[in-house]
Amino acid sequence: MSGTYDILIIGGGPGGYVTAIRAAQLGFKTALIEREHLGGICLNWGCIPTKALLRSAEIYHYATHAKDYGLTLNGSMGFDIADIVKRSRGVSSQLNGGVGFLLKKNKVELIWGEATITKPGEVMVKASTKSVAGPPIDAPKGALAIGTYTAKNIIVATGARPRALPGIEPDKKLIWTYFEAMVPQAMPKSLLVMGSGAIGIEFASFYRTMGADVTVVEVMPQILPVEDAEIAAHARKRFEKQGIKILTGAKVTAVAKGSDSVTATIVDDKGVTQSITADRMISAVGVVGNIEGLGLEALGVKMDRGCIVTDGLGNTNIPGIFAIGDVAGPPMLAHKAEHEGVICIEGIKGLHVHPMDKLKIPGCTYCHPQIASVGLTEAKAKDAGYELKVGRFPFMGNGKAIALGEPDGLVKTIFDAKTGKLLGAHMIGAEVTELIQGFVVAMGLETTEEELMHTVFPHPTLSEMMHESVLDAYGRAIHM
Amino acid sequence: MPVDVILPRVDMDMVSGRISRWFVAEGDIVKKGQVLFEIETDKSAMEVDSPTSGIIKDISGASSGDILVGSSVARIFQESEPYTGKTAVSSASELKVENKFEKNSFLDHDKLESISDAVDVSSNQKGIANATPLARRLAKEKSIDLSLVQGTGPRGRVQSEDVLKYKTDFIADSKSNSANISAPSDLSVKKLFSSGSFIEVPHDTMRKTIARRLLESKQTVPHFYVSADCELDRLLSAREEMNAAAPLVDGKPAYKISVNDFVIKALAQALIRVPDANVSWTEHAMLKHLHADVGVAVSIPGGLITPIVRQAETKSLTQISAEMKDYAARAKARKLKPEEYQGGTTAVSNLGMFGVKEFSAIVNPPHATILAVGAGEQRAVVKGGQLAIATVMTVTLSTDHRAVDGALGAELIQTFKKLIENPLAMLA
Repeated sequence: MSGTYDILIIGGGPGGYVTAIRAAQLGFKTALIEREHLGGICLNWGCIPTKALLRSAEIYHYATHAKDYGLTLNGSMGFDIADIVKRSRGVSSQLNGGVGFLLKKNKVELIWGEATITKPGEVMVKASTKSVAGPPIDAPKGALAIGTYTAKNIIVATGARPRALPGIEPDKKLIWTYFEAMVPQAMPKSLLVMGSGAIGIEFASFYRTMGADVTVVEVMPQILPVEDAEIAAHARKRFEKQGIKILTGAKVTAVAKGSDSVTATIVDDKGVTQSITADRMISAVGVVGNIEGLGLEALGVKMDRGCIVTDGLGNTNIPGIFAIGDVAGPPMLAHKAEHEGVICIEGIKGLHVHPMDKLKIPGCTYCHPQIASVGLTEAKAKDAGYELKVGRFPFMGNGKAIALGEPDGLVKTIFDAKTGKLLGAHMIGAEVTELIQGFVVAMGLETTEEELMHTVFPHPTLSEMMHESVLDAYGRAIHM
Repeated sequence: MPVDVILPRVDMDMVSGRISRWFVAEGDIVKKGQVLFEIETDKSAMEVDSPTSGIIKDISGASSGDILVGSSVARIFQESEPYTGKTAVSSASELKVENKFEKNSFLDHDKLESISDAVDVSSNQKGIANATPLARRLAKEKSIDLSLVQGTGPRGRVQSEDVLKYKTDFIADSKSNSANISAPSDLSVKKLFSSGSFIEVPHDTMRKTIARRLLESKQTVPHFYVSADCELDRLLSAREEMNAAAPLVDGKPAYKISVNDFVIKALAQALIRVPDANVSWTEHAMLKHLHADVGVAVSIPGGLITPIVRQAETKSLTQISAEMKDYAARAKARKLKPEEYQGGTTAVSNLGMFGVKEFSAIVNPPHATILAVGAGEQRAVVKGGQLAIATVMTVTLSTDHRAVDGALGAELIQTFKKLIENPLAMLA
């Protein structure tokens, strides 16, 4: 097969498919190359299926605490891990089909296979030889076969994969990555989670809620290293109360595999060594860009620390070759990839675009309690030389939170004392992942404390805490 | 509901205006059609009538400088209506710029201009600025006029970084002028003179408009010049005869045709004879005009204005003469109507009365040409190998080379010269 397009996109993850749809909207003849599954890791092995798992855990948690809400449950509350996994896979598969529909609707052609850029403007597509996870998926109906395709503009959106530490490489049986952790055949009795970023913490939260003994090992002095220290400390307290063991400033130096367990040697920053044995271990020490096999080296595409170097508008150093999403560098988040893709394609179209302001990209972790943030942490804001006004409002002071039975949490806001600029917002507690967007919009519109104070927040909602937090930064909180 | 009194767009070019005076006071009872206030725009003063009858309240903008077109400057309440207190003046972003211009009427160039200006209202920040709250606060703290800051946000909105960047540029500019190709800042200019050695007169809207339009023209229009000497003796004797033949009205001659009136007519006829030069440049097409509308630069205190003799090729010299006399008088009083000075297909600028021999003028888009006219003076000329005396006037045609090439410009000036030197041909 062959074909000529305006835009060829390599990778059908959230970055790639959103870019493809936007390209089609702009009138470009567009094709998307995917080797395994539409929707990428996000939809098939990341964001979405974990939310399905965590939803099961959440309902399980409420059911086992039904008494707190005046409910009685006759008989025992249990679960079947196979059914939980099945539901999660079903959610992915439903959305996966949805992406295929959207592409078709927008007349984006789908090419099935593994892509290599042979020269600027030309992509050779071979049959998918290996699948990253699970059994290979057949090409969807109507997808174009392998061959040589040409396009003036080639956008690399190949995403990322789990990083492996030397000597502690995941074996998929005892040492898992998120792929295996997402589809457990049986509940491990004990679990060691290496890494306390969003992925590690979400799995820790899920497995703990389902009854496993969970230990989290983090090399940095705080868990959730990118989050505000106060929020991370609050989270740690909650996790420990739930029974998660947390070791910070500690490093897994070696892992010995048994027949059905692992024993990890862990050294803390004081040099004290201990060993922990667990049924399974999850390696969640970050992700690295998928830059191999694309022919990028031969073309001289500039790369740095496993990612393609771009100018913020998706341009690489080679004209006609663009990169977006995880493969174009951190933060490696689906919503960053989508937005970057849109900027890239609009730039190609010649529309007036600006590089994304990375300080305005929110981050969410769906553990229990949830964590959400945008902008600078208090420490980073101080380092940047700002004089700060910091507001805090606890869930305990919010009527809706009390009614929900979720009195534990905090909304923290950080302002530049000089200008009233909202520098950062950090939240922990029930549903905060749905709240953060209010502050993201505020930051995007460059509102100051004044406009936020003048904004009417509906009562009774958790969002009132956002208002109160802003008021508190200026010594005006009402319910505290 | 009280009726808002809006600062109207009285001039196609107008983005903002200044209220020079109010004829009514707060709380006065006004009648529909009664004159409420006078607007000073960049080119004229206009009286604005009351849209309704009632009691006028909330009079604002009396001396508050430039007010954006469409802003509410007062409210009129019905006598029975309770006064509801002041409301904020509507912001720039809320204003809809009416596009009431018809399509496909290329003969009227005002449209080209006013459409681009209409875009300016939303993208440019005049009056109440389109700026984020943080940008507004920063500008206030740093005493920066937001209308001077180029916005890079959605729809040209000024973001905080634009304000910060503006400030940096400003400081960089005032500290060192090296490697800075943009105009020097006010501060750096003032620093060249000792304080007290000058007085500072803020620009009025006319000055700003002249500055903006001429800078734009010199920066965007590739100018090309052709000159010719025209002998005037025949024209002068024809003029003398015509003026002598003028009937007396109230003991005064009914008309007195000037050399300039001949120039206007000759240029108009030349354009009709060389139609390819009677054009306007647009990015996508050449607008070929069917009539020659000649703008005539009239110097007035504080600036100049260019009223237009429409379809000058069809008008008699006495008609042109009468029209110019009326225009000149009303221009000095700043009473010209916008439709009288907007558009045109060419222009004449005559500095002959100052004894200027020759000069070249700046094309005023959408015109593609302008004729600069020097003084008619007796010069030694060679005729048939003999030295002779003739009255000679040097004219210089500036053309927009995108629209009128060198040879075409030369053809136009040659045709003009023939007409001026044989004025009877003009009357044919």
